Amino acid sequence: MKLEVLEVSASPHIRVGDSTSRIMWRVVAALLPALAVSVWLFGMQAMRVVFVSVFVSVLTEFIIRNARKKDMTIGDGSAVITGVLLAFVVPPTTPLWMVAIGAFCAIALCKEVFGGLGMNIFNPALASRAILLAAFPVQMTAWITPDGISCATPLAIIKEGGAAVVPETIDLFVGTIGGSLGETSAIALLIGGLYLIVSKVIKWEMPVVYLGGIALLSLFLGRDPLVAILAGGAMLGGFFMITDMVTTPITRMGGVVFAAGCAIITVVIRQWGGYPEGVCYSILIMNALTPLIDRVCMPRVFGKKKVIAPPVLKAAKSNCATEAGCAGCK
Amino acid sequence: MIGSFHGGVHPPDKKDKSLLNPIRKMNPPDRVIIPLIQHIGAPAAPCVKVGDSVCTGSLIGMPDGFISSAVHASISGTVKRIDMFPHPVLGMAPAVMIESDGKDTLDPSIHEVDVLSYTAEDIIACVKACGIVGLGGAAFPAHVKLSPPETKPIDTIVINGAECEPYLTCDHMTMLFSPLKVLRGAAAVTKAVGATRCIIGIEDNKMDAIELLKSKVRSEGFTNIEVEALHVKYPQGAEKQLIYALTKREVPAGGLPMDIGIVVHNVGTVAAIQDALRYRKPLYERLVTVVGTSLRASYNMSVRIGTSFEDVIAATGGLLSPPKKMIMGGPMMGIAQERFDVPVIKGTSGILLFNKVDFDLGKPGPCIRCGRCVDICPMHLVPSALSIFGEREAYEDADGYNVNDCMECGACTYVCPAKRPIVHIIKKIKHVLRQKK
Repeated sequence: MKLEVLEVSASPHIRVGDSTSRIMWRVVAALLPALAVSVWLFGMQAMRVVFVSVFVSVLTEFIIRNARKKDMTIGDGSAVITGVLLAFVVPPTTPLWMVAIGAFCAIALCKEVFGGLGMNIFNPALASRAILLAAFPVQMTAWITPDGISCATPLAIIKEGGAAVVPETIDLFVGTIGGSLGETSAIALLIGGLYLIVSKVIKWEMPVVYLGGIALLSLFLGRDPLVAILAGGAMLGGFFMITDMVTTPITRMGGVVFAAGCAIITVVIRQWGGYPEGVCYSILIMNALTPLIDRVCMPRVFGKKKVIAPPVLKAAKSNCATEAGCAGCK
Repeated sequence: MIGSFHGGVHPPDKKDKSLLNPIRKMNPPDRVIIPLIQHIGAPAAPCVKVGDSVCTGSLIGMPDGFISSAVHASISGTVKRIDMFPHPVLGMAPAVMIESDGKDTLDPSIHEVDVLSYTAEDIIACVKACGIVGLGGAAFPAHVKLSPPETKPIDTIVINGAECEPYLTCDHMTMLFSPLKVLRGAAAVTKAVGATRCIIGIEDNKMDAIELLKSKVRSEGFTNIEVEALHVKYPQGAEKQLIYALTKREVPAGGLPMDIGIVVHNVGTVAAIQDALRYRKPLYERLVTVVGTSLRASYNMSVRIGTSFEDVIAATGGLLSPPKKMIMGGPMMGIAQERFDVPVIKGTSGILLFNKVDFDLGKPGPCIRCGRCVDICPMHLVPSALSIFGEREAYEDADGYNVNDCMECGACTYVCPAKRPIVHIIKKIKHVLRQKK
């Protein structure tokens, strides 16, 4: 019996077929219907915005990973998702150089500085949108109809309460309204979102609680609940932003709390805030609360009577960059 | 209602191959290496010298302390060496090497006895004398489980026929071909601890075994034994999850099944207990599932303890291709072996031989917090957080996240899309925490 050397590894010796990159590329696939609709609505300009955003995102990640001498991760699809999502949350008319700055900020400032995939606290696309909104408030709120005529978004019309009329529900559903590049078509986002639920990439509870919460709270405040979830960024946020695994709670219970929190903040901003839309900021605020939610929503350990929240973490000294240990370590 | 628990994973069960062929009884090998430590607890103390003649079933190692187990010769012949030898779990361990005289003479103590007159004490003494340990893999001495302290009365015996590890079918075979042995052994164990009820839990991918045992329970009048179907799900056969699935009782964290009035034994163990009671037959052979893509044919082999893996493989008909990985036990919790001369021990439920293509473990990446490990953890822990604490050497933080409640089933690692070696890191954390205490 001629035998070669046996390989030794720790158990388990089998693994499920799924992988990080397969999950990420499934999310990219789920974004395609909305991308197709936005190209149909806004033409090649939409395509150019998406292309620049994705290209700069991937390029930024490539350069930074190389500079940091870390494993190359551009193939895992996560930078592509960030690129597409960023393009989806800016107006279709955004100048391409502005899109490029946004994509650079998303990857460099909102993802890689934290350590790359899995480490960032805030959703990179939304954090970068917040940066762009602060830096270029005029261009970032210059909305057009698919015919290229400048207009207000449905939520802005509601906020202003002027003479303009809120579009028909069917327009909100198909997407023939003013709004960010990829957020207008509820039906296309719904198709992609359902695919993610069926393929078990996202937790179904999160969009259900988020969209249901917005509808209920809006109804309570005397707003049209259907308009509340179809207009603005609720569909995009509910299926693609609050379901970002890295920046949201890890437990199912935590996910529900997160989605409910996002729904409340979204409606509060829409009703009483300075902006007509609150999806972006609601998610960023809840992103910041994610570690706290995770700590509170620990599952009950099998064989223990009740949930015991873990003690506040003491960062290990060996993990500290400072030689003697910084104040946080002591 | 089919029993289950919250969490768990569904790896392909791959049990068909080894079920195709009948049980093959392997001839006693020319040489055996019998480790003196094959169980949880203290090693047995050798009671033979080099040069002694032994019969099949002769005592060669005395239990050393309460949590220890007797070890017996598995062939007749001469003791050649007592030394450190390769061991499939411990690397190297003290063992007795016996060379066969080719006769396979049974020890005179092995003969049929009248079981019915046995009292509970007789049963426990016999189980101890025959060196019976748990055959599911952990190899905990069976007599210890049968002797709970008086403060912990036992009302229910749970018999584990889940066999949730993929590939393994030796328990299934035992139930199919020795149903009465299993039932009588279960009844004896129930009597030994004074329990009133015995539940046999079997995953419902073994409907033939469930039906057979149910019909035997009826026809033979085992009034206090119930046979229950369980969902096919790993780790259905983990002690705490099995108990929960069958009785809805939760073993308290850090506690033992006896704390809630339950004792668990594997079906193979109770069959061995029945042999021990009926014939005073020590545990010197066991059923081993030998399966894998590197083999010409897969079998459940009846193998003498101490036979080298090499000899077992040869007895199945040999290799089709050189294996790249050899595992003792199942693919989820089994231990990868680096040499072919390790002996079969009492806890060897399977020998798995794989080509490279069968075990693509992937390259570990960062945790993307998908939460799948949290969803499926049968102990309801947060494995992803534990793995990150482990990488940062933040062991005390891991302690706060209940790392010591992990039973190391590996379901988290199986399901991780980032291919992180989560359970391996957790084992390291637990080791470090033990050292600190």
